[in-house]
Amino acid sequence: MDRAEVDAKIRELAEPFNKKGIEIKEETTFQNDLEFDSLTVMDFVAEIEDEFDIIISMNQQAEIENYGQLVDAVHKLQADS
Amino acid sequence: MSEGILQPDKPEALEGDNRDLFSKFDDVIALREGLLAQGREDPFNLVMEKVLSPTRAICNGRETILLGTYNYMGMTFDPDVVEAGKQALSDFGSGTTGSRVLNGTYQGHKECEEALREFYGMDHAMVFSTGYQANLGIISTIAGKGDYIVLDIDSHASIWDGCAMGQAEVVPFKHNDIEAMEKRLRRIPEGAGKLVVLEGVYSMLGDIAPLKEMVAIAKKYGAMVLVDEAHSMGFIGENGRGVVEDAGVIDDVDFIIGTFSKSVGTVGGFCVSNHPKFEIMRLVCRPYVFTASLPPSVVATAATSIRKLMHGSNKRAHLWENSRALHKGLRDLGFKLGTEEAQSAIIAVIMPDLEKGAHMWEALIRGGLYVNLARPPATPANMTLLRCSLCAEHSEEEVGQILEIFEKAGRETGII
Repeated sequence: MDRAEVDAKIRELAEPFNKKGIEIKEETTFQNDLEFDSLTVMDFVAEIEDEFDIIISMNQQAEIENYGQLVDAVHKLQADS
Repeated sequence: MSEGILQPDKPEALEGDNRDLFSKFDDVIALREGLLAQGREDPFNLVMEKVLSPTRAICNGRETILLGTYNYMGMTFDPDVVEAGKQALSDFGSGTTGSRVLNGTYQGHKECEEALREFYGMDHAMVFSTGYQANLGIISTIAGKGDYIVLDIDSHASIWDGCAMGQAEVVPFKHNDIEAMEKRLRRIPEGAGKLVVLEGVYSMLGDIAPLKEMVAIAKKYGAMVLVDEAHSMGFIGENGRGVVEDAGVIDDVDFIIGTFSKSVGTVGGFCVSNHPKFEIMRLVCRPYVFTASLPPSVVATAATSIRKLMHGSNKRAHLWENSRALHKGLRDLGFKLGTEEAQSAIIAVIMPDLEKGAHMWEALIRGGLYVNLARPPATPANMTLLRCSLCAEHSEEEVGQILEIFEKAGRETGII
């Protein structure tokens, strides 16, 4: 899967969690812009993990602040697996 | 996580007046002041002026029934336990002033570990100074960089801190979700070290883990299994060995972690294991090495209490009666509870929000009943809970009184 396809899939998965319908750009942050709390993060991450059959450990999550970083990480993880 | 060893992180600019390192706590300070400003008694500043028994104390000047102490088996005033402590205090002094690996291992520490080995029927037992340190030490030492820890999202703080300290890859799964756990184990790269961390009883809602299924899956994927049985020791399982015994998987788990500060009735923590190399932990586990050992009186009371718990089947039966009676009574009154039926000695009453929860807590304490108020972030799904933990020394009449106090307070605050 190329980056654009990964991006499209994650955008789809993010939609139900993006309660305020905020426009998601590469630099959109999960904590401040999308206001995801820890429970939302857990559910969102679990959906991505199941979709791409990957693990995003808490250690890796700690390095991901914005949407672009998430797409990069998932793109790399699914290519490696 | 940044490796930032060579250069410090870019410092964040401090803004505003009087900003310092404490500014990050301003939200918590405001929340607390908000609650107290409504004239509430502070739920986190209770003082027990006098303790009358395992189930009664004078709290903030009132005689109070204790229903939130984790003193499940009521061992704190057992005459044999108290006598053993007094004797050790006279014979060995007030403290060891030393690490277990230097001058801090006395005869009493060895006897306490011997009692634990017999209690669990295991080859090795290691006593720590607290239960927190037992989890912190064992988890951080066995699962290091490059290893994977798969754990329940509702795990206790001591488990999370152990994971962070060891720098393993941390992979949480949804609470008690067997399928979610298996998926994560399946995705771990081949050849990586794997540790699954579970709890027998989860202390917030008082629910138990499906250990039979979970331990079988962990073994199928070649993972080691650690189970924290802090809230089950002494009364779950035929011999009080915990949910692992009740589920018939005690021989399949690699480590059981426990505490002396609940059913045993004093303070301290431990790990028991059958692993042939387990004893090396005494030299490599930093939270074991770099702290003073428990005082002689504490290990003497613990050893005596553990040996008495082996023969506590009548008390176990009474504790279960209490737990079921309280659960049914509260449900019949219309309270919303954490579990469908009583699964442990913890009954969690779910409050609509923190403000109503604090109001209800205060009505209970004024009515002469102490329970634990639990609030986010310690609670799952940001719930506010009034957690009740029963004691084998609560009488049937006391459980009746407890229900009366709950009913009155519930009506006063409009929760039922």
